[in-house]
Amino acid sequence: MNQLPLIIKREYLNKVRNRSFIIMTFLSPLIMVGIFTLVAYLSQLNNDKINIIEVLDESGLFTNYFEDNDNLRFQMVSGVSLLDAKKSTEASENYGLLYIPETESIEELSKAITFYSHDSPSLFVIESIEETIEEKINNLKLKEVGIDADKIKELRIKISSKLETFSGKKTSKLGSGLKLAFGGFAGYLLFMFIIIYGNMIMRSVIEEKTSRIIEIIISSVKPIKLLLGKIIGTSLAGITQFLTWVILLLILSTVVSSIFGIEPSAIQSQQQEMLIESTKSGSQEMIGEILMEINNLPIVNLVIMFIFFFIGGYLLYSSLYAAIGAAVDSETDTQQFMLPILMPLIISIYVGFFTVIENPHGTVSQVFSYIPFTSPVVMLMRIPFGVPLWQQILSLIILFTTFMVTVWFAAKIYRIGILMYGKKASYREILKWLKY
Amino acid sequence: MDNLLVAKNVSKSFGDFKALNNITIEVPRGSVFGLLGPNGAGKTTLLRIINQILMPDTGFIFLDGNPLQPDDIKHIGYLPEERGLYKSMKVGEQVLYLAQLKGLSKQLAKERLKYWFDRLEIGDWWNKKIQELSKGMAQKIQFVVTVVHQPKLLIFDEPFSGFDPINANLIKDEILNLRDEGATIIFSTHRMESVEEMCDHIALIHESNKILDGKLIDIKRAYKSNTFEIGLIPNNSENINENLAERFEVFPTSFKSINDELQYKIKIPENGSANELISYLTTQGQLTRFVEVIPSANDIFIDTVQNN
Repeated sequence: MNQLPLIIKREYLNKVRNRSFIIMTFLSPLIMVGIFTLVAYLSQLNNDKINIIEVLDESGLFTNYFEDNDNLRFQMVSGVSLLDAKKSTEASENYGLLYIPETESIEELSKAITFYSHDSPSLFVIESIEETIEEKINNLKLKEVGIDADKIKELRIKISSKLETFSGKKTSKLGSGLKLAFGGFAGYLLFMFIIIYGNMIMRSVIEEKTSRIIEIIISSVKPIKLLLGKIIGTSLAGITQFLTWVILLLILSTVVSSIFGIEPSAIQSQQQEMLIESTKSGSQEMIGEILMEINNLPIVNLVIMFIFFFIGGYLLYSSLYAAIGAAVDSETDTQQFMLPILMPLIISIYVGFFTVIENPHGTVSQVFSYIPFTSPVVMLMRIPFGVPLWQQILSLIILFTTFMVTVWFAAKIYRIGILMYGKKASYREILKWLKY
Repeated sequence: MDNLLVAKNVSKSFGDFKALNNITIEVPRGSVFGLLGPNGAGKTTLLRIINQILMPDTGFIFLDGNPLQPDDIKHIGYLPEERGLYKSMKVGEQVLYLAQLKGLSKQLAKERLKYWFDRLEIGDWWNKKIQELSKGMAQKIQFVVTVVHQPKLLIFDEPFSGFDPINANLIKDEILNLRDEGATIIFSTHRMESVEEMCDHIALIHESNKILDGKLIDIKRAYKSNTFEIGLIPNNSENINENLAERFEVFPTSFKSINDELQYKIKIPENGSANELISYLTTQGQLTRFVEVIPSANDIFIDTVQNN
């Protein structure tokens, strides 16, 4: 009798056909892309405005020194007093007035420059102006003490230490960042998956209980089979949803950038060109470095262990979710049981993002990568940094052994719980069930 | 006698609470077996054990002479007291799923379901959602799901709750019809009039113990007290009460009648016979009623439970 495929199919179709599931599947990427587009559009709107800045340069050092750029246009004012200039600027629509007085020395000048505007100017504008002035003053200062500014540029040395493990693996800071990204992504994905679809399993158990169909079902099917079918069916629905999100996001972002993309890219292109020019030689090096680092990552190890830890962690938690669903009568009663599930998950994310980053192989990281309730997330974050295979396997063995024990308890709670109607489940009550 | 189902010395405890204490029942093939008892007596626990939803602590269940196997679920149809359906699923999908869980192929399940849907005149519900159905309608669908795999043992826990009298009658007839086609039926209920109508065997469970079982007729015979209801128009009404009380145990009673008669309930001694009573009564006047008082299932139920 092939009951398991039947149950999986029903659970899967039931989830996938559910209206809110469908809406969530298609709406989430839309919302995400929509928000990004909106933000991009808004910042573009903001940047579109050209701010005119009047410059009253009494020192005469900055004549035609300021270059206009995308957002800023400079107008030199001369032959008027500061008071008149302030008045005329205030009366105009112009963004502000930059006042550079004439001073005895450069030191004094650096403290005397003032910017007048209608209200607090944007940080961006100020920084851009300050940078320009700073460079000029620095150069002036250098000339004053008789140093060639170009020489200094030539002499500047950039340090980039090479990192290498004793076994000869080359790494770099960039590599550490990448590892963190990979590990963090894997761990976070598992974390989200457990919370979203664990909850879904719990709700589906509660639904069977409240609709009173459960006794009809388990007179045909062993509860453990039903439990298993539920977990597998829901996970498949979850994977479907995730894949749909990825595909939709790809399509949507392509569409969006081809429709709206021209304008922002045109604006950015100049900046990008500049950036590319300045780092032309460096950028190729960097790309090469990234590729090398990706190559250096234990990809095979990561993928295989991702699958195992993902399955193990997900099964462990979803059996707990199912047990909770069986123990209660409605979703509102689940609160008291959620904390013990969420705590280890949240702890593992914190340990992952703080402790593992600081020291991937420190005691805390190691301990948490063995504790079964935190090991899936923490170990997944550690693996990119290179964890000895025996540690990974030991952790997996602990994880799956715990899963066996947990699923035994969960199935017991499930078996008893699904037939208990109207009883307020408490921890004490559930302990009693385990003795039945 | 040929028994389809035998439960032997079945005990079950939940923690400190003993739900079933050494229960033995034998369900004859082709019978309608009434499993009776007050609320919380342990009926549902026993039914769940027979359905392998719960495992007994001690004791065994035999189906057709063999110990119950996991695979036997396809020979059993169970309509639990707490019953429902998936609310968001369509009727057709749902019954098909449940029938397939019982081991029917999709094709066969479709055929059988169509037969039952036509028979109960609910064919046009196939594409409806359960949410749209009334409670009684959903009950009909649950009934179909219970019987669709043609099990040899059918177990109904309070099957008539939620039905209006017309549909209750319809379902009752279907159950009896299934029995005539060879199915054996276990039937758990509080409604004594349906026990009276349908059951030929009963077992009474009270506070986890079986306190009575057997053929309903035998039980009634055992419970009757040689008491007769009598209507008499006496020739001489002066001393009739004294005369009767001298010879028999007489109790007052009343029943509906078109005659203006004296009404008695008379118990004859263990070794006495009804004929003696009749011949004496005929000498005293005109006999208008002579009926043996047979205890109803209801009387037996209340009597037995209260005496325990």
